[in-house]
Amino acid sequence: MKKFALLCSACLLTFPGVVVAQSQDPAKVNTEDRLKSLEEQVKMLEAEVQALKAVQSAPASQPPEAAAPVGAPETPSPASYIPSTPQAQEAVAAPAQSQAPTYGGATGMAKALNPDISVIGDFLGATGASNVPPALVAAGRGPLPLLQLHESEVGLQAIVDPYARADFFLSFGEEGVNVEEGYITFTSLPGGFVAKVGKMRSAFGKVNTLHNHVLPWTDRPLMTDSLVGGEDGIDDAGISVTRILPAPRGIFLEGTAQVFRGDSGDVFKTSQRSDASVVGHLRAYRDLTESSNLDVGFSYARGHNDLGSAFLTNLYGIDATFHWTPLRRTIYHNFVGRTEFVWSRRDQLPTQQRAFGFYTSGDYRLSRRWTVGGRFDRSGRARTANLTDDGFSGVLTYWPSEFSQIRGQYRFTRYAEGMNANELLFQFQFSLGAHGAHPF
Amino acid sequence: MTSFSVPLRSLAGFLVLIAFAVGCPRVARAAGKIKIVTATSDLASLAQEVGGDHVEVESIARGYQDPHFVEAKPSFLLKLRQADLVITVGLELEIGWLPPLINQSGNPRIQPNSAGYLDASQFAEILEKPTGVVTRAMGDVHPFGNPHYWLDPENGRRVAQGITNKLAAMHPSDAAYFNARFADFSKRLTEAEKIWDAEMQPYHGRKAITYHRSWPNFLKHFGLVSVAEVEPRPGIPPTPSHTLELINLMKRDGVKIILVEPYFDLKTPNAIARETGAQVVVMPPSVGGEKEITDYFKLFDYDLALLIKAFKATQ
Repeated sequence: MKKFALLCSACLLTFPGVVVAQSQDPAKVNTEDRLKSLEEQVKMLEAEVQALKAVQSAPASQPPEAAAPVGAPETPSPASYIPSTPQAQEAVAAPAQSQAPTYGGATGMAKALNPDISVIGDFLGATGASNVPPALVAAGRGPLPLLQLHESEVGLQAIVDPYARADFFLSFGEEGVNVEEGYITFTSLPGGFVAKVGKMRSAFGKVNTLHNHVLPWTDRPLMTDSLVGGEDGIDDAGISVTRILPAPRGIFLEGTAQVFRGDSGDVFKTSQRSDASVVGHLRAYRDLTESSNLDVGFSYARGHNDLGSAFLTNLYGIDATFHWTPLRRTIYHNFVGRTEFVWSRRDQLPTQQRAFGFYTSGDYRLSRRWTVGGRFDRSGRARTANLTDDGFSGVLTYWPSEFSQIRGQYRFTRYAEGMNANELLFQFQFSLGAHGAHPF
Repeated sequence: MTSFSVPLRSLAGFLVLIAFAVGCPRVARAAGKIKIVTATSDLASLAQEVGGDHVEVESIARGYQDPHFVEAKPSFLLKLRQADLVITVGLELEIGWLPPLINQSGNPRIQPNSAGYLDASQFAEILEKPTGVVTRAMGDVHPFGNPHYWLDPENGRRVAQGITNKLAAMHPSDAAYFNARFADFSKRLTEAEKIWDAEMQPYHGRKAITYHRSWPNFLKHFGLVSVAEVEPRPGIPPTPSHTLELINLMKRDGVKIILVEPYFDLKTPNAIARETGAQVVVMPPSVGGEKEITDYFKLFDYDLALLIKAFKATQ
């Protein structure tokens, strides 16, 4: 095991070297670019001299500024567009003699009508003493394996028609394939409504909405595992409607109402068709300064549990997130502080179980490539509320580029049974293709 | 332990709402000022120039922040949900933050390809369109071309013309007003360009290195030459070996100017400057990058003054 840890450390230490080694090619490229630039420069200067000579020999009056006709096409016609300066006139006139200049970026015809496709790989390793209590192992929360390709998330995203877009996220794990999310979003509804239909992560709290690859940790908080359905959380087939609500100036207020089939991990379980679950979320957000803001949410979820239609589980949540990002140094420094509280009320025999859990975390970007963070966890267990686990984590993340990250996490967990776990988790994440940005 | 009739009623209600909404005709808005939200402050300035007091313009990104990395904050949704027109830089400059904002806005008018969505890149001369295979080994490249096109005043004119046509189409009764404002803007730009070009004439052919590839349109217009970037690849932070190569290149070619956008760290540019005797010029690429840069004209006034001062100091 020590050898393995040393190997991983060596990988981490040598990675920047790989990046450095890659940077030797640009010199050749730069020299070629430079020569090309110089050639272009000479051509431009020649053209400019010719233009100046032409102006001197036959001074033309300044052409009048052409006013655009009403309802004219949005792309200016090369014939009607009149540049002002001699070099600009030359630049436009020269190609006009042979072919009209084209404006706009390169087109993406090769992918016309295909959705944006992305793959995000999540390789996870774990070492150290896990000491997971047998009760949790029996509940499917056993220790992490030494090495695993934890998840490969395939994203397919596109606009469906003038009224909607659709997003699919297929999660390939060691246990098979799962449609993590697959939904249509109606973006053109009247009244400011935005509706989603399909399978989706519910709007319960903050961390439940986040995909694995945007978490600031390699794992999810104890609270999620114990009270809110584990890694997939409340993730079910249903219908969601969101609307921005009226609020005092400067405050963003948004309400979300969702109805689901009622099957989400070990939280909600249907016994009959009418056992639907509901989730409601109210979000209030305000910019404190141009660099900082506060985001607060209140959540409610209700559904039937695995004991039958007569047994309900109610969840109540409060989340708060503070962001600080200096606008002049966005890519170098920022801080995110976050906390979530969840109360679970689970009907079971002989008595209802009332459990509480929370986490508090902070993440600070030290530089363009390094982020450090920590998290404190405490959570009762939904089915045995008198058992409370707690723990803390320290996280260090290195970003070779925007599209890959290497993360190490020390995690200490003290289980209610008295066992302690000291683990080192490490993760390599890498992204291919065009993965659409996630909401703030 | 109750029956679940409430969620089922809710479910039916949602379905009715969606069926109604999809088939619902759009409700025309009352004529008034056109509310415009732009991705960047430069587009806001151009829109204000041609829209005058018939438009209300707000920019999402500030002039001193990196337009690639704007946080998609919910406060922007409050602006977007009221907007009649969204103007984007395009070429995937805002791909990391604008699409989710537009999706969440609940505003049908500004959805992509709607009448209230305008990608300004369609009007501009775009440089550095990749012609071969594009991969991330090239760094964070823009596969449709370099999106920093607004830094050529001729592109400013083209974009302003495009915005004028869009505003005229949205409010035909104000078309003459917008066209007159464009004509005035274009005339003032022509006059300003004569001054700028004359000021830069003595420095044609001068070389510079830039931190990021933000300046190809600017350098081309003013006859300057970029020989390399501080970033080894777009979006990849400086590395020691690349920095050493840059220093050697600058010494060999006598490059004395390092252009840096205000949102990049100055540690590496300053180190290069110490080794080569070059001057670091922190040059805002956008309106609002400094307090004095209050419009599109002042952006070039400010930047060219900085450049000329640096050229004189390093002659």
